[in-house]
Amino acid sequence: MDTEEYHDHPVRSYVLTSGRAHPSRNTLRPETLVRAVESRPVLSTAGRLERELVQLCRGTLALAEVAAYLQLPVSLVAVMVSDLVDSGNLTIRSNHQAHVLPGKDILEKILDGLRKL
Amino acid sequence: MDSASSDRTVPGQHLAPTVARSVKVLVVGAFGVGKTTLIGAVSEIDPLRTEERITTASVGIDPGQPNKETTTVAMDFGRITVTDDIALYLFGTPGQRRFWDLWAGLADGAVGALVMIDTRHLEDSFEVLDQLELRTKIPFAVVVNQFPDSPNYPLERVRAALDLLPETPIVECDARDRQSAVLTLITLVEHAMTFPVFQKVNA
Repeated sequence: MDTEEYHDHPVRSYVLTSGRAHPSRNTLRPETLVRAVESRPVLSTAGRLERELVQLCRGTLALAEVAAYLQLPVSLVAVMVSDLVDSGNLTIRSNHQAHVLPGKDILEKILDGLRKL
Repeated sequence: MDSASSDRTVPGQHLAPTVARSVKVLVVGAFGVGKTTLIGAVSEIDPLRTEERITTASVGIDPGQPNKETTTVAMDFGRITVTDDIALYLFGTPGQRRFWDLWAGLADGAVGALVMIDTRHLEDSFEVLDQLELRTKIPFAVVVNQFPDSPNYPLERVRAALDLLPETPIVECDARDRQSAVLTLITLVEHAMTFPVFQKVNA
């Protein structure tokens, strides 16, 4: 059942992103797949949340999943993920261009997959 | 948040390393219509929740707090690895106009939307359908969630009451049942394939 309660978050978002509300790239969506770059050590200046985020992404996850596990808003995690892509600690796994809709071939594959469920 | 998800040491349930592409479907509808139930029925992970602070579009919607400008809205979602390399994400979001900012961003790039309807509260769905038809071009299918005490209206009567276009699919569903929920997704993707915007092959 839907519970859909409202909660407030105790941490003010701007504290975690040094005052920025927008990510350094605008191609990140909730479903964008991200993954840690294993060979790249996290900078010693990185905060606890950044380390946790990279740790979480040892396997592929969507941005929204990262946000849910960290209990932070997607918009905030997008800023953090974008920074970590810039620093080389995360890579965007989705190998298609953002803002390009899936083609008919992709939809056919999805249909085949759904019919086998 | 429940206690299980508040444990930050719980590792994420990662996708298979072969998955390199994600697509999304929105599940929209009024509060309590069964969005999270449907997502939970098909998702390979327990549905997750994120919360977003948004600015509400209208004044006076919430009579108790007439000056409230922002609100926190919860978004429940799940995922299905549909092929070796594609993960399908289902994002549940309230469809009311005041949440438009939230789901306008979500609709961007979506394959389509499942609009969930409760025939006991048909009037709750008018606003959702208006928003979809007027403000997006995304394909949608209407899903009538059958509750035990739902009146048994023929689908064509529901279609007429909702004033749907002839080509818009409408299906009945038991949101708790996996196969029933999967069928709604198949209906939606089949419908999306008739849209010119998806005809291009971009593998």
